Amino acid sequence: MEILGILIPVSLFLGGLGLLAFFWSLKNRQYEDPRGDAERILTSDWDDAPKP
Amino acid sequence: MTSAADLPPPRAMPAACPACVVAPSAERLAQLAAPQAARLMLSLPTAHCAACISTVETGLQRLPGVHSARVNLTLKRVLVEADAEMTAQDLIPALARLGYEAHELDAGVLSVTDGDRQGRDLLMRLGVAGFAMMNVMLLSVAVWSGAEDATRDLFHWISGAIALPTVAFAGQPFFKSAWAALKAGRLGMDFPISLALVLASSISVYETWHSGHHAYFDAAVMLTFFLLGGRYLDHRTRAVARSAAQELAALEVPRAIRLSEGAEVTVPVAELAVGDLVLVRPGGRVPVDGVVTAGTSEIDRSLLTGESLPAFAGPETPVSAGEVNLTGPLTVRVTAAGKDTSLHRMADLVAIAESARTRYTSLADRAARAYSPLVHILSFSAFGWWMWQTGGDVRHAINISAAVLIITCPCALGLAVPAVVTAASGRLFRKGLLIKSGTALERLAEVDTVVFDKTGTLTMGTPAPVNLDDHPRADLELAAALAGASSHPLALALARACADAGIRPAGGEDLHEVPGYGVEGRWQGRRVRLGRAGWVGADPLAVTATWLHRGDDAPARAFTFADSLRPGAEAAVAGLRAQGKRVWLISGDAPGAVRDLAERLGIDDWQAEALPQEKAAKVAAFAAEGRKVLMVGDGLNDTAALAAAHVSVSPASALDAARVASDIVLLGRDIAPVADAARIAGQATRRIKENFAISGLYNVVAVPIALVGLATPLWAALAMSLSSITVSLNALRLK
Repeated sequence: MEILGILIPVSLFLGGLGLLAFFWSLKNRQYEDPRGDAERILTSDWDDAPKP
Repeated sequence: MTSAADLPPPRAMPAACPACVVAPSAERLAQLAAPQAARLMLSLPTAHCAACISTVETGLQRLPGVHSARVNLTLKRVLVEADAEMTAQDLIPALARLGYEAHELDAGVLSVTDGDRQGRDLLMRLGVAGFAMMNVMLLSVAVWSGAEDATRDLFHWISGAIALPTVAFAGQPFFKSAWAALKAGRLGMDFPISLALVLASSISVYETWHSGHHAYFDAAVMLTFFLLGGRYLDHRTRAVARSAAQELAALEVPRAIRLSEGAEVTVPVAELAVGDLVLVRPGGRVPVDGVVTAGTSEIDRSLLTGESLPAFAGPETPVSAGEVNLTGPLTVRVTAAGKDTSLHRMADLVAIAESARTRYTSLADRAARAYSPLVHILSFSAFGWWMWQTGGDVRHAINISAAVLIITCPCALGLAVPAVVTAASGRLFRKGLLIKSGTALERLAEVDTVVFDKTGTLTMGTPAPVNLDDHPRADLELAAALAGASSHPLALALARACADAGIRPAGGEDLHEVPGYGVEGRWQGRRVRLGRAGWVGADPLAVTATWLHRGDDAPARAFTFADSLRPGAEAAVAGLRAQGKRVWLISGDAPGAVRDLAERLGIDDWQAEALPQEKAAKVAAFAAEGRKVLMVGDGLNDTAALAAAHVSVSPASALDAARVASDIVLLGRDIAPVADAARIAGQATRRIKENFAISGLYNVVAVPIALVGLATPLWAALAMSLSSITVSLNALRLK
């Protein structure tokens, strides 16, 4: 059962990473325009290089 | 001993003297003095796809002076950052060239930068609770499947380390509102929730400390998660309705053209003062109360009084805010502006009527009122009973009373209403109805009497000629030619109807509009006129009409008009009657026009020439008879009645004051969804009651188990998640 000592912190750490990513997406207003974002991936405007 | 060289160097100073740090640099000052970039917000009702986004964005960015443009497809808006001197008027033609209809939105009404802070806050707490729930549940499953002794204690401790901060952070909305209710001397739904959260956490800590078998950490976070989910759904429905309602209000940018020393200046209506001269162009809405000083025209008073006939306006005619100028430019001297206008006085009436309506208690409130005391009494009796039975085993008694609180906790009750309201509002929104008030659906379900306004509600407020067939073709050709030279609504309708009937306008010469009277021209050497009865030498009729005089001895010919029916009006009335509701038509218009419409739609009860106060009084009289009234109206004359009714609907074309007073706004032109709304509201209320019954049923099963002390955390988790899921699925059955 010693493996628990590694697995539990690892699982908590990974879950925490996911939570941080969620916070980041909230702070960055990623949920302001869900319909527009769904459509935007279809445009080829910034396909070659990211928008500056 | 440390030498001076080992000390950290003093922080680098960017400026030579301390004062320079405090004083802003010259550059910064220049930046502040320069006008800030303009943020313009435009509504794009027709944008719908990826191509729309890139066309609009690249098209706008190509314009000189535009810094950036960003389309929000969800809200169908574009936010443009541009040089300070740019206005929306520069952008709208550019968008029209790209093929997009655009309207300026008043950024002051829409809170541009704020966004939806409360929604994001709730979502953040929901995310934290979800994360904690998943992790704690993993550990709990291990305990339930037989982890023993030290392992169990370790798992409980880790669960506690995750759950306690989560409950403290994510449970705040409940704690805050429970505390607020408590200070006001009430016990809302949030008090038992908060109590259950606090008790579950503290009992679990105590049990873990003493190596107990049962800890309710998973129940505490699960409760937080499900209840926050309900709270977020609730908030989301309201936020969507609020932003759509705000957008309707923001579409009317309150501006007026002030004449100062002969020059025309566009100013916000708020800056107008008594005595100012204001120019009202044809097609424009009169911004203030005043008296006409120059110009003749006709004005449309239908939004204020319900009259469908335009009224003549010339020098010395008083005009009120909200009327629409039809034919010629008018110069108006302001006699009352801002808060003193008749528009605003009407809005005050609304405020009084609205305060009466807030007395309605929602189903959720009534459920909470019955539920909270019951649960607390149960939990306390369980405590007392087990204290007596076990001869004073406090730990055992507290454990059982906490289990009762946790198991009965209104997880499903918290979701019962929001899940149904979200499903119903979404369905109605797709049909073109905007539910503004949280309890509107429940109130709509109780309605047994429907009162319609006529002009602008059951009719479009636009006339259509009805007796074209009575006239010889030559007259029609001449009338079409004359009508084509005017922008008066009757002339526009006549010209359109003639074009549809395949009538080619006869050529006339020197066609010109005489504002306030009609159109005049020369045809085959004779002077011909199309316009008001008195002007062409005819006797006026009781219905809306315009007269054609051919300039010879023949008497003038009358073209009569009827208001065109709003699409779906017949379906709406028939649908409401089929649901067993009594339908009334109450209008400020003349009896003839009202009777015609009532007969056409099969409405038996009607009343004409009703003043605004009479409308409100009629609605109040219905209410006194114990009837629940749905009022559908658009004008200022309906506003007081809208506010006095049990529930009210107004079309998007209504005046701002009428929209504010109503609970539901009809976004499309079609009025048929009103009947659907009544049906869906009835269904939704049934679902809400079913949901209450379902969560009650779970309690009937689970509470006895908890009372005899057989409840385990596994039981609590099962009861909680099963009831929540059943309630949500039941809400989705809504058709």
